Amino acid sequence: MADSFNFELVSPERLLVSSEVVSVSIPATEGEMTVMAQHSPVMTTIKPGIVTVNGVDGKKDQYVVFGGFADILPAGCTLLAESAVHVDDISKDELDSRIEAARNELKDAQHHEHQSKLEEFIYHMTSLKDAVVE
Amino acid sequence: MPSLKDLKNRIASVKATQKITKAMQMVAAAKLRRAQEAAEAARPYSQRMSAVLANIAAAAGSDGDAPTLMTGTGKDQTHLLVVCTADRGLCGGFNAQISKAAREHARKLLAEGKTVKIFCVGKKGYDSLRREFASLIVERKELRDVKKIGFEHADEIGRKVISMFEEGEFDVCTLFYSEFVSVISQVPTAQQLIPASVETSEDVSSSAIYEYEPDAGAILADLIPRNISVQIFRALLENVAGEMGAKMSAMDNATRNAGDMINKLTLNYNRQRQAQITKELIEIISGAEAL
Repeated sequence: MADSFNFELVSPERLLVSSEVVSVSIPATEGEMTVMAQHSPVMTTIKPGIVTVNGVDGKKDQYVVFGGFADILPAGCTLLAESAVHVDDISKDELDSRIEAARNELKDAQHHEHQSKLEEFIYHMTSLKDAVVE
Repeated sequence: MPSLKDLKNRIASVKATQKITKAMQMVAAAKLRRAQEAAEAARPYSQRMSAVLANIAAAAGSDGDAPTLMTGTGKDQTHLLVVCTADRGLCGGFNAQISKAAREHARKLLAEGKTVKIFCVGKKGYDSLRREFASLIVERKELRDVKKIGFEHADEIGRKVISMFEEGEFDVCTLFYSEFVSVISQVPTAQQLIPASVETSEDVSSSAIYEYEPDAGAILADLIPRNISVQIFRALLENVAGEMGAKMSAMDNATRNAGDMINKLTLNYNRQRQAQITKELIEIISGAEAL
């Protein structure tokens, strides 16, 4: 059996997952990464995307996260998401409304940096929507 | 001397009030439980956040490129006070305590010749601070029609504070809220938000050598604003729990007072009724004797 480690998915409102897992795929800003036990310590930011959790019992769970960051240590992995929802509970409308909100914000955005950040967010959200709707 | 009918009416009205306060107490108790659960559920996030932040600050802080949100502007001329209170009254001294702490802080700063700006979250704080510092209140936010406080509300406030900071409207930001200790005790607390006070842990084992993606500075720049929102979120949740606790004990007191009052009024009522009966008897007897 493959080594397992402790994975925690936390959003500001609550602790969503805290369990022993074999591997976790995280949509890191610099590209998708899969974390397994004994991973070297990494701290990374996360873009909107899907987190796939492979539990010890072979069960696969998916969560949609909207940005945040991950703290990876050999002993465990903590994912601090700005907001996270189980993939079954997410609806297209919700994603649409989030994209809409970001678009509106883009219109009012002053700083160039802020604008490009929002554009990036919208891009990720749109690709996420395509992935979820499938 | 009030007549018998007056007394009867008063007893009925006090009884009705008692019923209302009793109901409010029970509602507050139910809400308190929910608020406490919410506050507890939010705790892991803020704990991990501060752990990660301490870690990363230790790594990035040595480079000297820490964002200004953390180091501050280097001045402390203009202070922003974010005062979080409840939107509703009838909760004892809860709101008054928070605004008193804020008011004392503001007075002290003004006496030192500093500029003070106030951001009111919640209606009650605005109402009481407006009297003395009407010209200093730059922003206000009410969460009156919000059923359950979510992170997005805190984030909205956090973002407003940060954008004000970026425009150079203030140098130091302090958050006022009430820390929930227990149902009967809430402590008004002032917490400095900007520049962020990060406790750098000396614990070597926790500060493993991380790889940073993209790099420590970028993560820190992303993390600090989020941390501010998280702190505000935590303050709001503590406030809700505190408000409900204060309301519960205030309403408990009110119910008990109403009970005492009813007892007193009933005693009075009975005494008067007896006096009247005696009076009527005397009238009948003396009437009969006169015949």
